[in-house]
Amino acid sequence: MLLSAAAPIVRKTALNAVHRAMGAKMVEFNGWDMPVEYPGSGGIIAEHLAVRNGVGIFDVSHMGDIRFHGPQALAAVQHISMNDAANLAVGQAQYSAMLYPQGTFVDDVIVHRLAEDDYLLVINAGTREKDFQWVRDNTLQFDCAVEHLSDDFTQIAIQGPKAVNLLQKLTDADLSAVKFYWVTRGTVCGIPNVLIGRTGYTAEDGFEIYIPADEATSARVWNEILAAGTEFGVVACGLGSRNTLRLEGNLSLYGHEISDTINVWEAGLDRFCKMDKPDFIGHSALAQAKAEGGKRTLVGLEMVERGIARDGYKVLDENGREIGYVTSGSPAPFLKKNIALAYVPVEFAAVGSTVKVEIRGQAVKAQVVPSPFYKRLKKA
Amino acid sequence: MPSPTDRKYTKEHEWITADGTMGITHHAQESLGDIVFVDLPKVGAELTAGKTFGTVESVKAVSDLYAPVSGTITEVNETLATAPEQVNKDAHGSWMLKLKLSNPSEMDSLLSAADYDKFVTEEAGH
Repeated sequence: MLLSAAAPIVRKTALNAVHRAMGAKMVEFNGWDMPVEYPGSGGIIAEHLAVRNGVGIFDVSHMGDIRFHGPQALAAVQHISMNDAANLAVGQAQYSAMLYPQGTFVDDVIVHRLAEDDYLLVINAGTREKDFQWVRDNTLQFDCAVEHLSDDFTQIAIQGPKAVNLLQKLTDADLSAVKFYWVTRGTVCGIPNVLIGRTGYTAEDGFEIYIPADEATSARVWNEILAAGTEFGVVACGLGSRNTLRLEGNLSLYGHEISDTINVWEAGLDRFCKMDKPDFIGHSALAQAKAEGGKRTLVGLEMVERGIARDGYKVLDENGREIGYVTSGSPAPFLKKNIALAYVPVEFAAVGSTVKVEIRGQAVKAQVVPSPFYKRLKKA
Repeated sequence: MPSPTDRKYTKEHEWITADGTMGITHHAQESLGDIVFVDLPKVGAELTAGKTFGTVESVKAVSDLYAPVSGTITEVNETLATAPEQVNKDAHGSWMLKLKLSNPSEMDSLLSAADYDKFVTEEAGH
């Protein structure tokens, strides 16, 4: 077999040397040299299961951050995002997206309201520069400063049912008072005023912390988290398990389920798009698209016959006619099934519909199943 | 860990013994990570040296298998269909196929264990 060649020179997070010292397998992802898995953690499947059953930590410093502050910060956020940020209390966060005028995606984002007129948007690594340009160009009319803070933070995600127990050992903030999709600030590993969000990309409970991006601090915090998590069986996790975890939870990935050619309705993100709020970029095209009705939609597939659907594979009807494509596909380590997300015509979208996925020339049977494939049991 | 000296190797990371038993190397399984799917042809299929004949899938990727030599498949390791992780546990002990070689002299052009290990070291250095 052919094994991939060495990656070209790419950007590095402040934890790059730590990952290498831990023996992580590194890959190029959206221009970043990132750990895909840690053999020392047991690899992707072991990392995935640690997050479902215990706790795992991820370096997600490649994610970007844009701050909006000033008297019209809310108006600016409202104009460039589809969810209703007016509903956010100080300390609350929401999933949202920035759209093009045609109702397709610039990027998906998490909007955090940090203070009265102060918002932080966390954006994707591969779209950082595009996103910041877009925000700057489209918020000029507002009395609001926009700052690109992507390089200021090392962002560490602590994910899994034991994440709260682990992080609580390292901070004075009362994490039990922080609900899912809320943020707080506290001293973490001796660093004062660290932003702590109860957010993540794993379909599990967890936190994301934002610490200064210097290498020494980043390495110290990373290692202190691992040491404090020993009693919970913590492992370091890479982008491989991050992808399988988010896929089981049907969380969209830019360039796959969402892109500049896919609109909000097709992606099934209706509940995060508030058409009754005052005008936002993409609103009129979405209103028109809704009136016309969609032709394709995102569905969850489970392979019925032996085979693994992969990104970009064709979806066929029972007669072998091409009807759509797979956006993300993988074995699901927790569910122990081969699953995929795919765009298909709406007439094939009903749960129970049978389709086929073309795998190396063979039409392999799959079934439309409810998604998310995995839902965590929420505690009261 | 040096590769076993009782067999030959390819630059595509397959091993094959003199009697035509073949699999993938320890280095290959290490690079791939968790192996979840091994797709092999059936008994009787003809392989051509250097051509792809099957796939190994890890959680994250699909990799083609290349025939080290030409021949006819006489036996397939069916246990890998249900237990592909065996390849991770013991790559040099987990054979995939047995071949009846159609041109045994093709074996001469394959790498020795020492040459393969040297190749892997050089490849990693790039």
